[in-house]
Amino acid sequence: MSRSRKLFITDKLMRLLLVSAASASVLIVCLIFLFLFKEAGPFALKPGLEKLWDSQWIPVSFQQEHFGVGPLLSGSALVTALAMLVTVPISVLVAIYIAEIARPAEREFLKPFIEILASIPSVVLGFFGLLVVAPFIKTVFDLSTGLTALTGALLLSLMAIPTIISLSEDALVSVPYSLKNASLALGASHLQTIFRVTLPAALPGIVAAVMLGIGRVIGETMAVLMVTGNSAILTISPLASVRTMTATIAAEMGEVPFGSVHYQALFWIGIILLVITFGLNIVAQRVLKKYGMMK
Amino acid sequence: MKKIALALGLLLVTAITGCDSGPSQQSTPVQSVSIKGSDTMVHLVSSWTEEFMKAHADVDISVTGGGSGTGIAALINGTTDICAASRGMKEKELKLAKENNIFPLEISVARDGIVLIVHPENPVNSLTIDQLRLIYTGKVTNWKEVGGADTPILLLSRESSSGTFVFFQEHVLNKEDFSSSARLLPGTSALVQSVAADHGAIAYVGLGFAAEAQGSVKTLGVQANDQAGPVVPSEETVRSGAYAVSRPLFFYTNGEPKDATKQFIDFCLSPAGQKTVRETGYVPVS
Repeated sequence: MSRSRKLFITDKLMRLLLVSAASASVLIVCLIFLFLFKEAGPFALKPGLEKLWDSQWIPVSFQQEHFGVGPLLSGSALVTALAMLVTVPISVLVAIYIAEIARPAEREFLKPFIEILASIPSVVLGFFGLLVVAPFIKTVFDLSTGLTALTGALLLSLMAIPTIISLSEDALVSVPYSLKNASLALGASHLQTIFRVTLPAALPGIVAAVMLGIGRVIGETMAVLMVTGNSAILTISPLASVRTMTATIAAEMGEVPFGSVHYQALFWIGIILLVITFGLNIVAQRVLKKYGMMK
Repeated sequence: MKKIALALGLLLVTAITGCDSGPSQQSTPVQSVSIKGSDTMVHLVSSWTEEFMKAHADVDISVTGGGSGTGIAALINGTTDICAASRGMKEKELKLAKENNIFPLEISVARDGIVLIVHPENPVNSLTIDQLRLIYTGKVTNWKEVGGADTPILLLSRESSSGTFVFFQEHVLNKEDFSSSARLLPGTSALVQSVAADHGAIAYVGLGFAAEAQGSVKTLGVQANDQAGPVVPSEETVRSGAYAVSRPLFFYTNGEPKDATKQFIDFCLSPAGQKTVRETGYVPVS
């Protein structure tokens, strides 16, 4: 075999290896969807999908089991909404500071800390929540317990802040200098330029950042399982206990009889969750692409 | 498309070659015993297994959880040697076993007591089973209704996947549903932690955990009915059955146990085995 032929074959093999590695991730996503539907499927025939619209989630009962995902959906939605209320203003302000105002030395100092915040394991945050945040909420609002939706939301915002900060910062930095310079040349101050020109121009990127942050928050499990109290009730009160979709799967999958109706219902929750995060991701990518902010 | 198919093929090949080294070559004949069932008992059974295998290197014991129901189903299907169950077999299950030519032998190996705990400053010292049922089904929501201070009751419970949850539901709630406002916490330590911090809280935990948490929480006495006096949970009252919220833990075998299975069960019932029972927080039967 000639040397060039050998090279040709190695080239082909390497190419094959790389292509298979790349397509594996696509394949895995498809297989996960298939797998979820395969496990959840029989629920649609018996007892029927309409059972998921029940207003109660009582999966273990001697009377009548209820598999209504409503309380769980509202639980996830409430915690996520509260978390975003806290996260978005803070993250955007920090991103503006880092991108537009901070000196290089300050930036070098701040960024590693924000990245460390992103790398704290959620169980550790859960402990922090249980021992510090929950008692704090309990005293501040004079409650009987600090295990509330708000407690979970505060912990989740700690997790979402780093994501939203760095993506918003990217969006702010990518605003062309010509825009800022034009604004300054017209006599606008630095702050006016930031809030009237740079921020509106970076808005699509910030919106996408928030969506990805929501995706992160809604899929988070451990911290909310530990601090939200997990009562499956329909409520919009931040000081009530809620049960999120993720916490339900994590808490109940352990001992649910394989293939039972309860087991299938948990897979339906998984599908709903996946569809939500999948949708958020796609919309966020579209927004980024449309406004040319994709890196 | 062709590339994706190729990639899939490659993945399959790695998966197959990866699994190939599964069954190892066994040099000495090893007797194997499988134990399946109650998650409540997994910790206890694993501790027994560890102790037992130290002395019997020729016996290989595998322990899996999955719940009492799963274990009983495995016994009926003949896929396990021993079934560990934190409840007795139901009529339906016994009938099914007979149809499959399985003859379950019930062996009581330990007892478990469930203890009600409240905040140390709660003036209530004991409750009747009936009061507990009303509290946990959400019909009584203030401590003053059961002779305590005017504080709302904060209901704390284990998750529904816990064997203790089901036992409590069956024997204390008389099979009614838990109140939907009960906070479901993922573990016993989280329960103890919350009860120690919240004045109006009530929770139920295993006897062993309550002993560990002595001081930070208060243990309630339980009255079986209005006439009976309160019984404080302890090793003696749980073993004698005088304490109402207690249960036996069983092993089930198909007929009289033989060979390694018999050796193992004999070990569990021996003084050394029963010492392990106490160390893991349960109550010995002998």
